[in-house]
Amino acid sequence: MRLEPIANPSAARQLGLPALALVATLGVAMLLALIAGANPLAVLGQIATGALGSKLAVLETLNRATPLIFTGLAVAVAFRAKLWNIGAEAQLYAGAIMAVVLGTGALGSPWVLPLSALAAMLAGAALLLGPVLLKTRLGVDEVVTTLLLNFIMILFVSYLLEGPMKDPMGMGWPKSTPLIPEARLPRLVEGLRLHWGFALAILAAIIVWVIQTRTTLGFEIRAVGQNPEAARFAGMPVNAVLVKTALLSGGLAALAGWSEVAGLKGHLSSDLSPGFGYTGIIVAMLALLHPLGVVVTAIFVAGIFVGSDAMSRAAGVPTYIADMLMATALLFMVLAILLSKVRVVRG
Amino acid sequence: MTLGKEEAEVVLRLDRISKRFGALKANNAVSLTLRRGEVVALLGENGAGKTTLMNILFGHYVADEGVVEVFGQPLPPGNPRAALSAGVGMVHQHFTLAGNLTVLDNIRLGTEGLWSPSVSGARAKVEQLSRDFGLAVHPDAKVGRLSVGERQRVEILKALYRNARILILDEPTAVLTPQEAEALFATLRKATALGLSVIFISHKLHEVMAIADRCVVLRHGRVVGEVDTHATDRGALAALMVGGELSLPRAEARAPGAVLMKLDRVSTPDRGAAPGLKAVTLDLRAGQITGLAGVSGNGQAALAEILGGLSVPSSGQIVLGDHPVAGWSPGEALARGVARIPEDRHHQGSIADFDLTENAVLEGYRTRFSHRGWMNWRAAREFAEGIIKGYDVRCPGPETRIRLLSGGNMQKLILGRAMAPGPRVILANQPVRGLDVGAIAYVQSQLIAARDRGATVLLISEDLDEIMGLSDVIHVMSQGRLSPAFARGTMTAAELGLWMAGQRFGEADAA
Amino acid sequence: MNEIIDILISASFWAAVIRIASPLILATMGELICERAGVLNLGIEGIMVIGAFTGWMAVYQGMPLWGGVAVAMGAGMLFGLLHSTLTVPFGLSQHVVGLGVTLFATASASFAYRLMLPEVTSPPKIEPFQPLDIPLLSDLPWLGEAIFSQTALTWAAFAVAGIVAFTLYRTPLGLAVRAVGENPAAVEAQGLSVTGLRMGAVIMGSGLMAVGGAFLTLSAFSSFFFEMVNGRGWICIALVVFGAWKPGKAVLGAILFAAFDALQIRLQQTELGAVLPYQLFLALPFILSILALILMSRRAEVPASLMVPYNKGER
Repeated sequence: MRLEPIANPSAARQLGLPALALVATLGVAMLLALIAGANPLAVLGQIATGALGSKLAVLETLNRATPLIFTGLAVAVAFRAKLWNIGAEAQLYAGAIMAVVLGTGALGSPWVLPLSALAAMLAGAALLLGPVLLKTRLGVDEVVTTLLLNFIMILFVSYLLEGPMKDPMGMGWPKSTPLIPEARLPRLVEGLRLHWGFALAILAAIIVWVIQTRTTLGFEIRAVGQNPEAARFAGMPVNAVLVKTALLSGGLAALAGWSEVAGLKGHLSSDLSPGFGYTGIIVAMLALLHPLGVVVTAIFVAGIFVGSDAMSRAAGVPTYIADMLMATALLFMVLAILLSKVRVVRG
Repeated sequence: MTLGKEEAEVVLRLDRISKRFGALKANNAVSLTLRRGEVVALLGENGAGKTTLMNILFGHYVADEGVVEVFGQPLPPGNPRAALSAGVGMVHQHFTLAGNLTVLDNIRLGTEGLWSPSVSGARAKVEQLSRDFGLAVHPDAKVGRLSVGERQRVEILKALYRNARILILDEPTAVLTPQEAEALFATLRKATALGLSVIFISHKLHEVMAIADRCVVLRHGRVVGEVDTHATDRGALAALMVGGELSLPRAEARAPGAVLMKLDRVSTPDRGAAPGLKAVTLDLRAGQITGLAGVSGNGQAALAEILGGLSVPSSGQIVLGDHPVAGWSPGEALARGVARIPEDRHHQGSIADFDLTENAVLEGYRTRFSHRGWMNWRAAREFAEGIIKGYDVRCPGPETRIRLLSGGNMQKLILGRAMAPGPRVILANQPVRGLDVGAIAYVQSQLIAARDRGATVLLISEDLDEIMGLSDVIHVMSQGRLSPAFARGTMTAAELGLWMAGQRFGEADAA
Repeated sequence: MNEIIDILISASFWAAVIRIASPLILATMGELICERAGVLNLGIEGIMVIGAFTGWMAVYQGMPLWGGVAVAMGAGMLFGLLHSTLTVPFGLSQHVVGLGVTLFATASASFAYRLMLPEVTSPPKIEPFQPLDIPLLSDLPWLGEAIFSQTALTWAAFAVAGIVAFTLYRTPLGLAVRAVGENPAAVEAQGLSVTGLRMGAVIMGSGLMAVGGAFLTLSAFSSFFFEMVNGRGWICIALVVFGAWKPGKAVLGAILFAAFDALQIRLQQTELGAVLPYQLFLALPFILSILALILMSRRAEVPASLMVPYNKGER
């Protein structure tokens, strides 16, 4: 077999195949439900109601989507430049640490929130700077270095929680001292359990979209991602573009951790992220790396996780079905994206 | 000598082969017959469908219609292994060698059962073939360290080692000096004397006349003529090939002006098997086309990189105008009025999935199509439309992705982009390689026009005819060293060939 | 300092080094085969999880230990088939697909575990491989304990490394694998199938990765935990680079690496462990991996077509 590019792929093909990928994922969901001995349609229904069936469920889904929008954006920005940042998990914790460092009394209002957000972004950016410099200077593959940094970072967080940041009131639980009220993100609407982090995430998506489509940096990021050799030939500062991309990506991922601590939890714990960094890759790929699409897919992915939790309690299908579906969706989606651009021909 | 050829056994028959790629009909009912012991040239300009036809024969592609018969047996389609075992050997234009392996390993590759132990005697057979066919190359040398000429010998040995009876050579002389080409022809004559048959793919008329018995001419995927080379001449073949009179622009001599750009004893480090520059001194003068001849891989890439800003000298100076350059980079080169037409328009010159507007502003987006970091897409689009009109780029519009354009139209866009700021120095690296004759004439006439406006043009090419037709002065590069400048008309191709082979450098040193 | 020397000359230390190195060697050989053929397999981490889970589960369900190894290998090969189908004929991004396979394999193991053992709070244990008692050799002083007290799976790991090296450098198959990672067009022009070679290498390599994972459950810990692979796969990727894509050097790298790991475990018990946080010791393998990558970055002889998909007729 051979792959032949399609000169002008139809809109139906470009949108239909990704849609088909999602349908196929639903098919896998039903298959897994069958294997678990449950009624497939009922399982799908329970996931849907679990995610969207009540005001509480919707708010829970949006809360869960907030860090995923940030990590999804971080990945989308980086992958556009073919910078394989798999370290959003570590950058997330870097942001969370800064929220605690500045939010537990070191700074008072009204500056603590903007400053801790800024510090979080700087910390996340700094964390990705190392791998990207190793890539541009020495040619070290950033996938492996960012992955390894995730493990190092989680051990570092564990050390902080048992040492310098340990909550004296924590009854032995490894968690940090709680944030002062001024360092917390207020609720979006009084009485509803949804914080300002969600609105900031959407704002971040819009800003990233504007950067990508309207600015020279966005043009450079796309050019470097598509063909670094041509970009360099045309006089683009390829390495500088990669560094800028890394700073943006790391900063966005860090905001995920910052908003989880400042908005939702109020403290840092070592289970702050159930893999939001890795799930961000799926969110970004499902959105075809489009920043506004990330908002939609993050809510979708969050819904699957929230819905699966609820379904698991009711139907007895392991909640890990959500992780399987996400991985399946990712693999189906990359295949669908390819097949929307090429056709498979014989010889 | 043609006597008896008519009766000789038919070893290969292609019968009404057709192949489509999307909308393009690359081969349209092409038929061809090859007899024992003869050399048939497959002649046609770039894009005529020669390589596609041979890829079908060899099994890289599957034909949509038609049959391939080798020694009377139909060949199963899409299976290089079947072609190999039927006795077809192919020397690809882009060599198919693994650089990390030795010559012997490259030759042995795929000749033994994967699960059986290696056979002995391979080395002896390779050495024997080297001697018989005049293909000198060391069996234990790493292929990555070989010169282009040596690599081609390995390719031919690969085919002979498998007892090929039919040899297909795709543009084999493109990378050789005239003398190396002669040696290749000698090898081919030995092969045909031993009863092998050869298909020789080329677009160079004098070579076809020199080596082939018969010549099949392809144009736009169709056979437009089949002639006995002894009964025709170059003019008739050329007319067949391009479908009319062949007229490439020729530059008339002009008085040279001031030196616009200068390399002063510039050296760069070697990169693996590719030599760096060895104290190269070069003057590029206003109103002059400087031709740079040489076999590929002799330092032309290093020179193009230095001039284009992609690398900096390890010693020596680059002088632009009156001052040595500082902070040399592609951006700096552009800012100083140096325009570049890259060797590889697909990978260096353009971004395949960007549209024409985006590709048009790749070099100027910072200075001309943005303000304080914000892109001005309206101006960018107007600029692209200007190039499309001014340079006759055939396309549906500026929002077309550039990958959909033909090589010629892509090159016109790149040319328009490079010429727009009115450059003083133009570096054209293989500007017409792979283009059809119409596009070649267009690109060359633009280079001449730029020269006539007072710019200096450096033309790097492996095609001696192109160099000799366009250049006011010619330099030859060999192993990273630059020959003295030869004025137009003072050197024959054969003399330049000796410089290309590096021989004359030695003599100049000795003297 | 004396403490470190005491540790380094103790037989139990070297026994631990070889034990810790064994799964790394198996998985590193698997990754090396894939990369030599031109495919980066980031599925390694998840495939090791799947190997650990399926091998253990098979034995828990009553299969013999070697049956568990075979099941793990088969499961790994299935995921290798998935990976190679997407990355070889379809030429999809090896980064994205690899991560996808890791996520999928990890999630599959978790899902299946919960499905098969819904109520269990602590995972059941199996009877793992026991140290092989080799007549005479095992009774040698020091050496007997350090080297000749290992399980059969450890011996298998070293045997696999030898077989991989022999195949790569001494057989036509190995020649073809080395060629396809360098220039697939060369392989195609000699009548071999690029797709077949690459897919075969990835499937075979993934099988070895899974056996590396199974070592953890069948020979080291005798039980399955969700986080038990804990980045070993990523470390193996660093080991391939560290070993400059050569089996012998990669084995040495794995042993060196295991020595540091065994050392840090022991150092935690010493005065050093009282002063420094234990997390620093645990992070050591990951820090070392990054250092190894930096150290080798300039000298590595990376296969020229690593991560470059091959599409027939594309130039």
